[in-house]
Amino acid sequence: MSGHTDMVLVDENGLRIDGRTAEQHRPFKVEAGVLNNADGSAYVEIGKNKVLAAVYGPRECHPRHLQNPTKAIVQCKYNMQSFSVSDRKRPGPDRRSIEISKIISEALEKVVLTELYPRASIDVYIEILQANAGTRCAGLTAASVALADAGIPMRDIVPALAAGKADGHVLLDLNKEEDNYGQADVPIAIIPSTDEIVLLQMDGNMTREEFDHGIEMAVAGCHELHELQKDALKRRYSKKAEEGSE
Amino acid sequence: MTEMMSEIKRDHMMKMLEDGKRLDGRGVTDVREIKVITDVIESADGSARVKMGKTEVIAGVKIIPGTPFPDTPNIGVLTTGAELIPMAHPTFESGPPGEDAIELARVVDRGIRESGMVDVEALCIVPGEEVWMCFVDIYALDYDGNLFDAANLAAVCALKSATIPGEQYGKGENKPLPITCTPISITEVKIGNTLIVDPNFDEEQISTARLTVTTDDVGNFRAMQKGGCGSITLDELSLCLDRAVEKGAEIRKIIG
Amino acid sequence: MEKRNARQTRELVVPGDILDGTGMRPGENAYVLDGKVRASVMGVRNVFQNTVGVIPLRGGYMPTSGDTVFGVIVDIGPSNWLIDIGAPYPAPLHVSEVPWKVEFGDTSKYLTIGNVVLIKVLAVDESKKISVTMKDSGLRRIEGGRLVKISHTKVSRVIGKSGSMISMLKNMTDCRITVGQNGWVWVDGEDENADVAVQAIEMIEEQAQHPNLTDKVKEFIESKIPQDEEYDDEGDE
Repeated sequence: MSGHTDMVLVDENGLRIDGRTAEQHRPFKVEAGVLNNADGSAYVEIGKNKVLAAVYGPRECHPRHLQNPTKAIVQCKYNMQSFSVSDRKRPGPDRRSIEISKIISEALEKVVLTELYPRASIDVYIEILQANAGTRCAGLTAASVALADAGIPMRDIVPALAAGKADGHVLLDLNKEEDNYGQADVPIAIIPSTDEIVLLQMDGNMTREEFDHGIEMAVAGCHELHELQKDALKRRYSKKAEEGSE
Repeated sequence: MTEMMSEIKRDHMMKMLEDGKRLDGRGVTDVREIKVITDVIESADGSARVKMGKTEVIAGVKIIPGTPFPDTPNIGVLTTGAELIPMAHPTFESGPPGEDAIELARVVDRGIRESGMVDVEALCIVPGEEVWMCFVDIYALDYDGNLFDAANLAAVCALKSATIPGEQYGKGENKPLPITCTPISITEVKIGNTLIVDPNFDEEQISTARLTVTTDDVGNFRAMQKGGCGSITLDELSLCLDRAVEKGAEIRKIIG
Repeated sequence: MEKRNARQTRELVVPGDILDGTGMRPGENAYVLDGKVRASVMGVRNVFQNTVGVIPLRGGYMPTSGDTVFGVIVDIGPSNWLIDIGAPYPAPLHVSEVPWKVEFGDTSKYLTIGNVVLIKVLAVDESKKISVTMKDSGLRRIEGGRLVKISHTKVSRVIGKSGSMISMLKNMTDCRITVGQNGWVWVDGEDENADVAVQAIEMIEEQAQHPNLTDKVKEFIESKIPQDEEYDDEGDE
């Protein structure tokens, strides 16, 4: 958020450097059931972001001291692979990854019916294969599909998308340049059936109007993304659901 | 719960192996189906996603200008790392690479380094001051046995398709990473008295010893690693070496 | 167990999908929000009496009292064994629930790690602690044969309507076949026949949605094992 550039991020016609208008999100791609061992898995692309998510569980909680006697805990680990960013990232969790892991775990705990599995753990792993701003949103989007793929009971499938501001314009789904040189970044995740917010962060400088406008666009974008999440599961499994009993 | 192999399965597998048969129908020297896709990660300077049967690995190459080692001032640097990330198997835990990941990285590195696959002498930018540093990072995504060969293949394919990003650093034009050969590793495990090539997870679980042999394009040996708690006889070693050359050539042909 | 409504086109639902807004009550794997019943898992919409719920397509096995299951011993204590039954929780088998008189500390003399057992689920309490027994008739340690693991959601397909599928499998392959509620299936018979039976069971799991599955399986087995007698269609499960 603190870089400076002579680059024009939004031109006089309101077009961004990748040709989008302010309200357009990048292309989405969602696939379910992409790994063998994991109980559930998903692959998501949002623009140039490429993200893999896998779920194991419910299973015995490790470490044991984190067990909750009344419900399952959701343990999410978000990780960026070394080659996912232009400046190679040293392997291992950094403070940013730990914070992101925490807020994604919390978002998912709200949605998963954890009371059905006391003392257990639902382990979610998010690997960023390629990053281009908005990885935590892509990660949570993939994690939600992976949870449904694993058959874990949840209230709804959660989509996440970010709004932001660059060159004074409020924009939907910032790309890398807009994130680096822009003026605000607002990732958000919602429960589509109720529009409740389960993840929200903001950094930068926005007026109330700008923020409200950003949220409105992001929520609409989330609903679109949600359709793709559902579609990914249906494409993967609807043949198995069709008529077949004897 | 983590999967504990039942004695029924163990007994059944061992019985079949006495007749030279494997549960998945393969012969003792058959390698599983190999699928390779390169250039999957734009942010990497080279990348490959490899599947051997159900084992899946991704490798990425990042090439960065850096300082050479003092004793080799005009030679580029090659570094290999590997992680057994938890999504790949229910028994993999989070955390810094453990001994399995470290061994995996070092064995893959040995094959690449000792074969001279990357022409490190051609990676000098300013003699004595600046050279290209080649980082290879490997991640297991789905583990069904034989990470050694899958990881080696992914690293090799990522390097073969890598580009030195000269333009990004103002150090000349982009050009392909100079490659001289294609080292291929072949891993076998010993179960009872039978040696089988490209073990899957279950086969690894009941094996006693493991041998990984890396050959180059002319069939010379570049690296070897014996693992596991069992032992191998000299005859068994000889058999493994023969198979490594033969199977190595087959795989080299598949990846082109 | 027969809550299915057969012979209906089944549409896949995913968590959050609305199952009904006309006032039906939530069945299994469903919840109510703003007067509408919604799915909580991915699966097939299922109406049972006046409730609407979901038959899950995926998801691990959760034991219920009365289930007969296969398990593997994964740990041993001085007065119990810990059994993996493919559930999120291990099932402890206490020495008082086996047919032998086991002295304290002698547990490993009777069952060791890796042994396969056929047991019954006695109860699952609110905190999901599972209690099992090996004292009922038929329950025992299992040796030899093959153990095939399929999804517990496909168990009823392997058994078939009134046991028709499993009878056909047993008769045509001349194997003993026992299906655990957890989806673990034991097959015992001559090597080649057992191989075919295992393949047939895996085929049923993979193609459970196929409308003529029984015929497909019958053809498959016939192609592998010559059948010299008519087999009894009626099933005797």
